[in-house]
Amino acid sequence: MKQIASLTLLQNDEARPIIEAILADNANARVMNMHGAIKIDCDDELVVNRASVEERLGRTWDPQEIHLVLVSMAGNLDEDDDRFLVGWKH
Amino acid sequence: MTVQIKTVDFEPKRNTFGHVARRLGGDKPATRYQEATLDVQATANFHYKPLWEPELWQYDLAKTAVHMDDWYKPLDPRQYYYATYNIARANMNQAVERNFTFAEDRGLIEKLSADARTNVARGLLPLRHLHWGSNMNMTEITQRGYGAAVTAPCIFSAGDHLGMAQIVSRIGLELDGQTGASLDKAKDFWMTDPAWQSARRLIEDTFVERDWFQLYVAQTLGVNAVLFDFAYKGADAAWREGAITIAMLTEFMSDWRAEEGRWSDHVVKTVAAESEANKALVSGWAKHWIERAVEAALPLSVALLGDEGKAARAACDAAKARARALGLNV
Repeated sequence: MKQIASLTLLQNDEARPIIEAILADNANARVMNMHGAIKIDCDDELVVNRASVEERLGRTWDPQEIHLVLVSMAGNLDEDDDRFLVGWKH
Repeated sequence: MTVQIKTVDFEPKRNTFGHVARRLGGDKPATRYQEATLDVQATANFHYKPLWEPELWQYDLAKTAVHMDDWYKPLDPRQYYYATYNIARANMNQAVERNFTFAEDRGLIEKLSADARTNVARGLLPLRHLHWGSNMNMTEITQRGYGAAVTAPCIFSAGDHLGMAQIVSRIGLELDGQTGASLDKAKDFWMTDPAWQSARRLIEDTFVERDWFQLYVAQTLGVNAVLFDFAYKGADAAWREGAITIAMLTEFMSDWRAEEGRWSDHVVKTVAAESEANKALVSGWAKHWIERAVEAALPLSVALLGDEGKAARAACDAAKARARALGLNV
């Protein structure tokens, strides 16, 4: 059975470019809208790429900044300067 | 009893305003920047034609010779609207405050030699008048310009110039023990020092430029890219051993130039790329105003650096290279 990697983000202006970037970079992502928050699920892994977010944000963006809008996550975290990834691989 | 936690998916009925959705090509979530910018310009139902310029309406496309099918094409790559702009500037200003506190604690300005103080008083402090003039120009573009995509960042830029004039003034106050005497002297230099008269003539000539996009080119590629870059980047040697102190106290200006340059370059590039006619007009303006700005920088370069104008010409070359990179023939 596939395990679900997931990120739940605030649904606000700061998070919107990140949400857009996630949906653009993860073809199989599934979205659930809630009041003020958005839950994005994907089988196995979910990646947030710095370059994609910067493209939408119009400024430099540090993947660590995701914590300002991150509500919850599922998966093992793997992050570096260029991406923020949650997944179940080791 | 078992409790089952159930989540409900709420699809928003609509994601943004109709006029923004039409621009985005569908009802997609829009950014605050887009909602605060797109189609904000008033376009119809004006009641009275202005008496002072009866050939034109208040917001008239004919107030500049360049033509754009859509003035919302030159969007701001920084995506500034009120909140993002203020947050960015508040952060930059925090660094300014810290730098001034540091310079005061260490007595960095007091320790400057007489030679360095004289040059800062003569070469740096009169820049507050140039910033004020630039503030006037950006405000003028805001009121004569067309399309919120261009005019909104212009009023932010006008605010930036006032802020920078204040930073320059604060350096003066550090220099004269908070009496303001150095600022009075700086006004004298601005009004009477031969080294400053070309710069004053340049900015006063821009005040009476009626074509708002020509004024935009004059300000961003002439005054900003030549004069301000010369003053804040090229003239370090003039402040003698105070170069590092001045560089620190004017950190805001370098950050601002790097950031605002991104926007102003994008606007000029987009407008010039619209048509051959635009390109020819903008190229001509850029050439004219860069040359005027170099004329203004030369006597300053000679007087402050004694370099026979080398620093001014370097600023000129950099500005021309910049203009060429934007697709202009200069």
